[in-house]
Amino acid sequence: MRLADRRRLFAAGILSGPLAWTLAFMFVPYAIMFTYSFYTRRFPTMVPDFQLGNYLALFLDAQYYQVLLRTMKIASLVTIAAVALAYPLAYFLVFKIASPRLRAALYVAVVVPLWVSYLLRAYTWKTILGSEGVLNSFLVWIGLLDEPTPLFLYNQFAMVITLTYIFVPFCVMPIFTALEKIPRSLIEASKDLGVGRLRTFLAITLPLSVPGILAGATFTFSLTMGDFVAPFLVGGADGALIATVVQSQFGTALNWPLGSALSMVMLLIVLTIITLSDRLERAGRLDLA
Amino acid sequence: MSHIIELHNLTKTFPGGIRAVDDLTFAVREGEFVTLLGPSGCGKTTTLRLVAGFEEPDRGRIVLAGRDVTEDPPYRRAVNTVFQDYALFPHMTVAQNVGYGLRIAGVAREDIRGKVQDVLRMVDLLDKIDAMPAQLSGGQKQRVGLARAIIRRPKVLLLDEPLSALDVKLRESMQVELKHLHQKLGISFVLVTHDQKEALVMSDRVIVMDGGRIVQSGTPAELYDHPATPYVADFIGTSNIVAARVVESAAGFIVAEAGPVRVRAEANGFAPAGGTRVQLAVRPERALLVARGTPAPASANRIDGTVLESFFHGNSVRINVDIGQRAPFMVDVQLQLAMGQAGVPDAGTPVTLVIEPSCISVFPDAGAR
Repeated sequence: MRLADRRRLFAAGILSGPLAWTLAFMFVPYAIMFTYSFYTRRFPTMVPDFQLGNYLALFLDAQYYQVLLRTMKIASLVTIAAVALAYPLAYFLVFKIASPRLRAALYVAVVVPLWVSYLLRAYTWKTILGSEGVLNSFLVWIGLLDEPTPLFLYNQFAMVITLTYIFVPFCVMPIFTALEKIPRSLIEASKDLGVGRLRTFLAITLPLSVPGILAGATFTFSLTMGDFVAPFLVGGADGALIATVVQSQFGTALNWPLGSALSMVMLLIVLTIITLSDRLERAGRLDLA
Repeated sequence: MSHIIELHNLTKTFPGGIRAVDDLTFAVREGEFVTLLGPSGCGKTTTLRLVAGFEEPDRGRIVLAGRDVTEDPPYRRAVNTVFQDYALFPHMTVAQNVGYGLRIAGVAREDIRGKVQDVLRMVDLLDKIDAMPAQLSGGQKQRVGLARAIIRRPKVLLLDEPLSALDVKLRESMQVELKHLHQKLGISFVLVTHDQKEALVMSDRVIVMDGGRIVQSGTPAELYDHPATPYVADFIGTSNIVAARVVESAAGFIVAEAGPVRVRAEANGFAPAGGTRVQLAVRPERALLVARGTPAPASANRIDGTVLESFFHGNSVRINVDIGQRAPFMVDVQLQLAMGQAGVPDAGTPVTLVIEPSCISVFPDAGAR
């Protein structure tokens, strides 16, 4: 066998496992769900069909499109908050910590919460924001409140806080990497040319870290779009997100076609965001070497 | 001529206790081209970064055009830097890179365009005005870096090994261009390099550094002909360095002995007493290689030896001669005719080296320093 053929065979061998896995457990289920989204519901099951009723319902029935809009609003808020918190943190780690060891240690400290169960981390906010929680006890103790308030928990505010906390590491990682890649000499060159700190940041550091911001924002937005744990734990009555609705359609509501249609719309939104961010990132990709 | 920049007792220690710059004092005259020369780790780059304001000194002062700028951040110093890695902003065109400082300073757009064109013409890169840095070659990138650094007419232009990333041919032509640019602009240049040839070719004055201190400062010719220490003699050009003992010292001359070899040398202000250990340095091209027994002027030293091997350099041949010392003695013979290596003596040929006393530099022994 020729060397080129052997190489090709070897590559195919390596690829076949992951490819088969992705095919069986991702593309096939998506294809099935896509098919279901055109079926007609006949309680308690469904019948094969090809009609757009499920999709129409999503855009005509307020209870669905409002949840969709709310989910996008929450996802946007979480994304903005996460980037706003992650950027200064990553900036501090990269530019203000001189010792590489300390920098690595602090970076790990940021990422380490990802190894702790998601549920556990979401749950901690219940104990912080709840009526018997840390925040309430503190406010009562300093005399700002006469008695604990239930206002902190079970609303969209609590959801944004919880999700931001959970997804901040996903934002810090790409921003950290992007900032670390910027040669120090570029910042020195800017100052050398008579440009102060703030203007240097705005003209050099910020534009060159945009790919990191885009990647972090995309992670955060997409992950929030599909979240159903935070609404369940801290969301409350007006806190249902689209994933919660999907869950109920496949569960108690027993309306698989509608659930599938919802899932497809979610998938479309997330794919659009990813594609857009990828396009933008590609357009702005620069050789920093 | 007045001094445009003065460094007074500058000291910089890095974390870990490395003293990069140690009580450094020197000044640069207006319009002067000064080169800081030394091996890596000698403190030359740190010195430049202190002047630019990228590092803060532990002690000492920097005075720029009569004003103390020691405490000023880089963006308030009237100096500009050409970086070794070019440091071009990758997200900006050549024109935007060059006009960057002016744009942020709020200069009118039309004025910027005109000035950018002027400096790009000066570095012969006007046709690349709208290119992105990634589309340029190394030499072109460094021209952009140069244009960007001179557009603000700094009082001093700092060049941090600007040519070290370029290949030999390009480096040599850029050396000439830099020198012309210096003459045209009339501003002071401070160049940092580890390339002694570059330093000799371009500078009005070379400051040789070692261990954060100045070893010697002088014109290229002074440094080459009258090195202050064996270190300089060896770092600039090539020298045969031989340890010897003074046997006679009188009237501006000394006689020194190194094993079987006995030479007369001009003492040049340094007059060691008899018995002192010294080091003698001779440039390979200052020794004359003749056949054994050829007559020579009575004043010259004659040293007999045997040819060990020879190396063809194109315009010259370097011949290693065994004269009974630890290291062979190197002699450069210019090739006047296109004879290849035909006239070069074979290994084993007995020869005589003829060396004028003025061509031998005498230094105190390194151990006694």
